[in-house]
Amino acid sequence: MTQYLIRRILISIPTLIAISIVIFTILALAPGDPLAEFAMNPAVPPEVRQRIRQSMGLDDPIPVRYVKWASSMLRGDFGYSFRSKSPVIDLIRQRLPTTLYVIGTAYLLSVLIAIPVGVLSAIRQYSIFDNIATTLAFIGFSLPTFVTGILFILIFSVKLGWLPMIYRTTIETEGLAGLWEKIKQALMPIMVLALFETAALARYTRAAMLETIHQDYVRTARAKGLSERAVILRHALRNALIPVVTIVALSIPGIFTGAVITEQIFRVPGMGSLLISAIRDNDTPVIMAITIIFSALVVLFNLIADILYGVLDPRIKYE
Amino acid sequence: MSEMTEQRRTAVPAQVGTREAVLLPQRKPRSLWSDAWRQFRHHRLAVAGSFVLIFMVLATLIGPFLWPIPWNHFDMAEALQGPSLEHPFGTTDLGHDIFARILWGGRISIAVGVVAMLVAVVLGTLIGAIAGYFGGILDSLLMRITDMFISIPSLPLLLLITYLFQDRMKAIFGIELGMFLLIVLVIGGLNWMPVARLVRASFLSLKQKEFVEAAHCIGVGTGGIIFRHILPNTLSPVIVAATLGVAQAIITESALSFLGLGFPPDIPTWGRMLYDGINWIEFAPWMVLFPGGAIFLTVLSINYVGDGLRDALDPRRMFAV
Repeated sequence: MTQYLIRRILISIPTLIAISIVIFTILALAPGDPLAEFAMNPAVPPEVRQRIRQSMGLDDPIPVRYVKWASSMLRGDFGYSFRSKSPVIDLIRQRLPTTLYVIGTAYLLSVLIAIPVGVLSAIRQYSIFDNIATTLAFIGFSLPTFVTGILFILIFSVKLGWLPMIYRTTIETEGLAGLWEKIKQALMPIMVLALFETAALARYTRAAMLETIHQDYVRTARAKGLSERAVILRHALRNALIPVVTIVALSIPGIFTGAVITEQIFRVPGMGSLLISAIRDNDTPVIMAITIIFSALVVLFNLIADILYGVLDPRIKYE
Repeated sequence: MSEMTEQRRTAVPAQVGTREAVLLPQRKPRSLWSDAWRQFRHHRLAVAGSFVLIFMVLATLIGPFLWPIPWNHFDMAEALQGPSLEHPFGTTDLGHDIFARILWGGRISIAVGVVAMLVAVVLGTLIGAIAGYFGGILDSLLMRITDMFISIPSLPLLLLITYLFQDRMKAIFGIELGMFLLIVLVIGGLNWMPVARLVRASFLSLKQKEFVEAAHCIGVGTGGIIFRHILPNTLSPVIVAATLGVAQAIITESALSFLGLGFPPDIPTWGRMLYDGINWIEFAPWMVLFPGGAIFLTVLSINYVGDGLRDALDPRRMFAV
C-alpha cells in the first residue's frame, strides 16, 4: 500500500512542476507589458522604464525568471501584484475563504443529494422516480452554470424579490438575522453550482449502480436468500461506490472552474473573480499564483482519488 | 425474434423443396450499422433530440437568408421591446432584432462546437493510436503528457491563452477568423484527453486480435494496420465522446463569450448575447431568456443524441434487438 502511495506521489510532483513551467512560459511569451501604464506616463522617460524593468527582473531570460519565481513560491512568497502593489498572498488569503465556503457547501450538497438519487434510480430502473430523476439530471447538466445563474436571478431576484442579486461580504446585522442574510445571499450561487454537479453525479452513480446490480455476485446474494436491502446496501453499493468516489474526487477541480463563472454572475469576491480581473489587468504574479493553486488542488485531488481507489478496491494495489 | 420469422414467412415465394427455395436469400442482410440505427430508434428522446438538433442547425444555416431583418440592423427607436409579431424574440438595448441575432450567432456557436470537437477528436485519436499501438516508452511518455494535460485547470488556461494571444491572432488572420481559430484550437487542445484514453484502450485490446495478426502476415504496413484495420473498430466510443464533446465545446465557447473574453463584441454568439443582456435583466428579460434557451435546447438535444448513440453502439446491447 505504501509503495502504491509513494509511486503516486512521485508521479504527481513532476506533473505539478511541468504544469507550472507550461503556464509560466505561456505568460512569459505572451505579448502585453505590465509596465504599459508607465509607457503612457510622460513623466517616466524610457530609460527609467528600462531600469524599472531590469530591477523587477523582467528582462532576464525565461529559465532564470522561472527558477526565481519557483524558489520564492516554495517559500510562500507569491510576490506582489502588479496592479494593486499588495502581496499576492494577502489577496489570496482574503478571497479564498469565500470561494471555499460557497464551493464547499455546493459540493457537499450535491454529493449528499446525487448519490442517494442515483442509487434509487438504479434500483428502481424505469420506474416513475427513475424517469423523472433522469430527465431532471439531463436538464440539469445541459444547463451551463451561467444560464442557470441568470435564470435564478430572473426568477428569485427580479420577479420574486426573495434573494439579493449581489453578494456582499460586509453584512453588519448580527445574530440570527445576520446569519439569515448571509444564507440568503449565498443561496443562489450555491444552488447554481450544486444543480450542475448533482445532475452529473446522479447520472454517474446511476450508471455505476446499474452495472453493479447486473453482476453475478449480486444474483448470488439474492439467490442465497438475503433481503433486498442487505443485497443492495452490503454487497452492491460498496462496489458501485468505487468509481463514484473516484469521480467525486476528480470533479472537485471542475467545480472550481464552475465557480469562476458563478462568481462573475453574482459578483462573489472569490478566487475566480480575482483570476478574471487579474487576466484583464495582465497581472502576472496573481495569475501565476491562482493557476498554480488550482493546479495543485487538481493534482492533490487526483492523488486523493487514486489513494481512495486503492483503499476501496484492493485489486488496484497490486498493479 | 418474431420480426425475423415474420420476414421469413413473407419471403420470396418459391416451391418448397426446390433448389431456389434453398438458395434464394430470405431477407436483406443486416449490417452492424443498421443494427445500431435500429437500436437508436428505440430511444425516443434521442430521436426527438436529433430532430431538434437538425432543425436548429438548418435554422441557423438557412434562417438568416429567409428572415427579413439582418442581424446587424439596429434602430434605436425600437430598442428594448418585448416579443412581438415583428420581432419574435424582442429587441436589444440598441434596437437589434434578437431573433435574427440568435440565428446568425448560432452559426458561429455551433461551428465552433463542431470544429473544436473535430480538433480534439483528431488529436486524441492520433495520440491514443500511437500510444496504444507502439506501446513501450512511447506509450508511457504520451500517457504522462496526457495526465499532465488532464491536471491543467482548463478554464483558467483557456481564459489566459485567449486573452493573451487574441491580438496576435487577430493581426495575422483577421479579427473574426483569428478569434475563431484561437478559440477552436484552444478548446480542442484542452479536450483531447478522454478521446486519447478511449482510443488507446481500444488499441491495446484490439492489437492482440487475430485479424491484426493476419493483416500483418499478408504484409500490410504499420500505417495500414492502424488506419484501415484497427481504427475503424475503435470508432464507437469515439463517436459517443465526439457527440458529447460538441456539447461541451458549445458550453465552453459560450462561457468564454459570457466572461467577455470571446469573440469581438459585435458578433452575437449566444454567450455574448447573455453577456450583453445581463445588465438589462430587470427591464428586458427576453434579452437573456432566448439566447439561454437556445444554448440549453442545443446542448440538451446533443446530450440526448449522445445518450442514444451510446446505447446503440454499445456492443453488449446489439443482441437484444
